[in-house]
Amino acid sequence: MIARRQLLALILAAAAACGRPAPSEPAAPTEARVISLVPAATEMLFAIGAGADMVAVSSFDRYPPEVERLPRVGALIDPDFERILSLRPTLVVVYASQDELIARLGAASVPVYQYVHAAEGALAHIPRTMRELGQLLGREAAAEEAAGAIEGAIERIRQQVAGRERVRTAVVFGREAGALRGIWVAGGVGFLHEALEAAGGGNVFADIRREGLQASTELMLARAPDVIIEIRTSGGVDASPLEAWGRLAAIPATRTGRIYELTDPLFSIPGPRIVEIVRTFARVLHGDEVVAAAGP
Amino acid sequence: MMLLRRRRTIVIAGLASTLVAVVLAPFAGSTSIAVARVFDPSVPFADNLDAQIFFLARLPRALAAAVVGGTLAAAGVVFQGLLQNPLTTPYTLGVSAGASLGAMCAITFGAWLPFGTVTAASLAGAGLAVFIVYALARARHRGISTTVLLLAGVTLNAFFSALILFVQYVSDFAQTFRAIRWLMGDLDVAGYATLGAAAPLLLVAFAVFAWIARPLDLLTLGADAAASRGVDVTTVQRAAFFSASLATGAAVSIAGPIGFVGIIVPHLVRLIVGADHRIVLPAATCFGATFLVLCDTIARTVLAPLELPVGIITAVIGGPFFLWLLLRAR
Repeated sequence: MIARRQLLALILAAAAACGRPAPSEPAAPTEARVISLVPAATEMLFAIGAGADMVAVSSFDRYPPEVERLPRVGALIDPDFERILSLRPTLVVVYASQDELIARLGAASVPVYQYVHAAEGALAHIPRTMRELGQLLGREAAAEEAAGAIEGAIERIRQQVAGRERVRTAVVFGREAGALRGIWVAGGVGFLHEALEAAGGGNVFADIRREGLQASTELMLARAPDVIIEIRTSGGVDASPLEAWGRLAAIPATRTGRIYELTDPLFSIPGPRIVEIVRTFARVLHGDEVVAAAGP
Repeated sequence: MMLLRRRRTIVIAGLASTLVAVVLAPFAGSTSIAVARVFDPSVPFADNLDAQIFFLARLPRALAAAVVGGTLAAAGVVFQGLLQNPLTTPYTLGVSAGASLGAMCAITFGAWLPFGTVTAASLAGAGLAVFIVYALARARHRGISTTVLLLAGVTLNAFFSALILFVQYVSDFAQTFRAIRWLMGDLDVAGYATLGAAAPLLLVAFAVFAWIARPLDLLTLGADAAASRGVDVTTVQRAAFFSASLATGAAVSIAGPIGFVGIIVPHLVRLIVGADHRIVLPAATCFGATFLVLCDTIARTVLAPLELPVGIITAVIGGPFFLWLLLRAR
């Protein structure tokens, strides 16, 4: 419906243009018009106060709620180049792997920020990206404040859990509902691993230098985590994760019942809400008082 | 008499090799376990990590590999006999595409589907595919037209593949990744429930296989020649289609669409034992079972603690072996 209305507007505009002398070219827009194809970067842009400059987001953006009123222009695999151009952006945040889109935007002289998904040093990468975006948009002070707040909050939690014993944990981010099949866990790099370590957890898969891996039943039994944090942001849901895991009684977490299900989509996005992820992990592993003591 | 004795020898040798493979496979794995502790009755099972790794992770997996490998190979033999086409696989008639579509839907829309698990959804998808293909093959024909069956199956495969692509398109990155991994096949069944659920279907299918072995031989002479020798061609075709589809659907619901076993093993076995279905069927079942147990053992140990999808191993090992046999046979 919206598309049809826009088409109509386009036809009317074209007809109007035919009927009278072409108007002089509008002056180049001076205000920032930002498009983000990266949900994590969208959250960063809002966090540094650039939300009002956003003119479009990717089809996967869900946060903050303000994105719901913005047009969608595709994502990693299917960016809508024409739509992006038509919105006359002054900056487009793209994935660094989107070679073709970057080349086409370059040919159209549209400034681009290439977002790199960092596996190593993922936590430090978030505030660094925010500062870089702040520089590009002339919002250095706001970016510095937001980035510094993230670094400070994570550091305070690190200090609170520093003296405590690391809890051997598996972070599971995929599993077939009602079964112990297709188990995907966080490996020894990436933001989930680093968030877990910052929160005083010890990733039982830390030696496997991958962001994610499929863990067989045998591997889960052999690594024997004391806590299982299960992130379920999409797909089927279990009536009881405890019941599903209970079949592997040799895993300490299943015997003590320390299996925690987290369903908020924020756990799949390495953005400014990383603080919330670290806090939640710390609360699960070491209790509320640790998080309370770390302050806001 | 000769045939009977030869069949008995081949079946016994095949069963023995499968048994040896299933029994030995659980002793290999990514973790080192203390074998003495595995069988130590004085340690309670709930506290015995080695026993749990052996009996809950490895043994069901070896059994699943044997069941799936044997089933796919046997279904391949039956489909090739039914359609009289050497390029036929258990997946040609759309059963696996239907099963895959069911699984994709469960992975992507799991929360809204009436049937909970991926296994159940894939079985439902396989059933739907069988129903559609059969209805098409029967329409306007007395009995079954194998040509229509083949064309309908190939078309349905393409149609379901398009629907699978659509489901993947609307799912998010994590779901797409899980879906792709499912399509590569996975034998880590984590217990015996999945195998138990598939067992009745497989028993029915194999009972029918045993009955149709001889008629399938006669069918290779052509439908008319088979009919003149007293074969009820339509009934045999129908039995072959439904039993092989049932077996394939059950196998795919256990482990996903593991490739290669269902086309290469039947040909490999024919190169070794000849074309008589009464020998080829049991031999292919045992060979497929042993072969997949072997491939899965390699898949889960070669890059330990990471695992390779078993479908990669079946093709990498089976392909060159088959070519070697083919060249040697000429």
